[in-house]
Amino acid sequence: MLKILKYSFYDLSRSRWSYVYFFFYLLLGVVLLFLNNDLSNAVITLMNVIIILVPLIGTIFGVMYFYNSREFTELLLAQPVRRSSIFLGQYLGVAISLSASLIFGLGLPFIIYGLFQSGAIWDFASLLISGVFLTFIFTAIAFNIALSHENKIKGFGLAILVWLFLAVVYDGLFLLSLVYFQDYPLDKFSLVASMLNPIDLSRILILLKLDISALLGYTGAVFKQFFGTGLGAFTSIVVLILWVIFPVWRIKRIAAKKDF
Amino acid sequence: MGRLFILFLLLGFATTSIHAQEIEVCKSCEVKTIQAAVDMAENGDVIRIKSGTYKEHDITIIDKSLTIIGEGLPVIDAEMEGTAISIRAENFSIEGLKIINVGRSHTNDFAGILVSNSKNFEVKNNRLDQVFFGILLERSSEGIISGNKVTSNAKDQATSGNGVHIWKSEKITVKNNEVIGLRDGIYLEFVNNSEIIDNLCKDNLRYGLHFMFSDNDLYKGNIFENNGAGVAVMYSKFIDMQDNQFRKNWGSASYGLLLKEINDSELKNNIFEDNTIAISADNTNRINYIENDFKNNGYAIRIRGAVYDNIFERNNFLYNSFDVAYTGRLNDNKFNNNYWSGYSGYDLDKDGIGDVPFRPVTLFSYLVNRTPEAIVLLRSMFIDMLDFSEKVSPIFTPADLIDEQPQMKRIQW
Repeated sequence: MLKILKYSFYDLSRSRWSYVYFFFYLLLGVVLLFLNNDLSNAVITLMNVIIILVPLIGTIFGVMYFYNSREFTELLLAQPVRRSSIFLGQYLGVAISLSASLIFGLGLPFIIYGLFQSGAIWDFASLLISGVFLTFIFTAIAFNIALSHENKIKGFGLAILVWLFLAVVYDGLFLLSLVYFQDYPLDKFSLVASMLNPIDLSRILILLKLDISALLGYTGAVFKQFFGTGLGAFTSIVVLILWVIFPVWRIKRIAAKKDF
Repeated sequence: MGRLFILFLLLGFATTSIHAQEIEVCKSCEVKTIQAAVDMAENGDVIRIKSGTYKEHDITIIDKSLTIIGEGLPVIDAEMEGTAISIRAENFSIEGLKIINVGRSHTNDFAGILVSNSKNFEVKNNRLDQVFFGILLERSSEGIISGNKVTSNAKDQATSGNGVHIWKSEKITVKNNEVIGLRDGIYLEFVNNSEIIDNLCKDNLRYGLHFMFSDNDLYKGNIFENNGAGVAVMYSKFIDMQDNQFRKNWGSASYGLLLKEINDSELKNNIFEDNTIAISADNTNRINYIENDFKNNGYAIRIRGAVYDNIFERNNFLYNSFDVAYTGRLNDNKFNNNYWSGYSGYDLDKDGIGDVPFRPVTLFSYLVNRTPEAIVLLRSMFIDMLDFSEKVSPIFTPADLIDEQPQMKRIQW
């Protein structure tokens, strides 16, 4: 598996897209810092970008990579290598190279700007951790979709739909249910509902780290009380890990059964 | 000639006996305690207190017009027992004292300086430290409180008092004072025709300035910073608020300025910066907000209910999370000629006024007002899309709540 991971990783690190992705983040980081002149403001703006773009890029890149390397995969399948290690190796190769682009792309300008001297370092760290988790989650989902659908168009369409659902539609339904059931106590519900969606969960984890959390009022206090404790932090990390493990486990299962 | 001389001599004696006597208080003087000096003194006398520590409390001055001057900041240590100085008189002044360790109580309002039923007085340049109440005025008029510095370490609201507390008084001027670390910085109840000018209220537990049932007052040039909830102005009318700064009142239940049941008042040239809610208005009528700056607040203006005939003109709304939050669809307030940093319109005829009206109320702020839990969706992409579509065609937010003439450039005032 490590060998395949290495091949995928080298393959990707030679690919143009990784560099595009890397330079995109680099540019974003530089421009944000240049325009804002303030680390914590830049972190807020970055959050908006990360919770939308990182999942989208993970999804599209994952699907694209899987379909493109199909011939290579078939070649590998003819060799005496375990199926699970082929697919997991490819998955990890994509996810790790995307995460690396994210971390270096954003990290470099911030470090040059003087992140280590600033108090915003923990906000920034939580931003990067959420970003890495989101990359792993959405790449795994993309691999799932690509494995289940031979038809590329269908696969792409579905992947975009899943992203759209989690990034936008989910919040719409969430809001609708909040407004509809406003006569009931909704703190527990909103807590659970935002834990279930990895995008919402990372958004709230980052928001609570920032000053802006005072805006959240009473509901925010409930959230802060929960996420501030060891239990809350532990639960949210577990939820994020589960979001990674479940699709990865499904990749393994489908790959073992699939007829190529 | 001889008779004339005797007459002059007599006159001279008469004037010296009328002329104010000076009493000195110090450890090595004839008079060793302040209370003894007060008991000796007659109307119009001057008491000079030399530097040193005087362990005295409940010094009482009744019906004597005295001038009490501390030289070299003498310390009156009340040893945590009762009020330090209490006065009921006309035409007196107290200056240059340092009063510490005023007693705390749940039943009595012990103060550093208690002034009751007095008229025409001055309390200036004193330092009060570790006090329960700082300077407490009751049923008094025409007084000046200036240049005092009141500090304490209030821990919770029940066991702490206010810095400058004025009750049922008239024509009082509170000027150039500093109040740090008490419950309310300056508290006014039933105080009319008074002025609160150039004070600094910082790190107080509850409000920087607390205003109840007080009419025709002016507060100007004050700085309110990092208090529990900034300034509360309640149940008052004809209040003039100018050139004040409201800063860093940040927390889940904090405001810069809380207006409740205020009528016919004006806010001009104030600066609101880094507050969770800059202004929370509830039941306020006929108020003009002119040339104020709202910068980096959570909410710039939160309008609760029964708010009519308010005019917002030439204000700068800069980078607030919500500019205006509103309940209900009814609007009777005017927004005109403001600068909004969130404005994305254009100005083709280059007259400095945007050609497209601006809607300060977003759908999200409306939803949050109705369902507070919805705030957890803050900065979600769905919300941005929702706000955009509402901006294009308003359905939920008041359709007539618009700034017809949004400014293109920040207003300089």
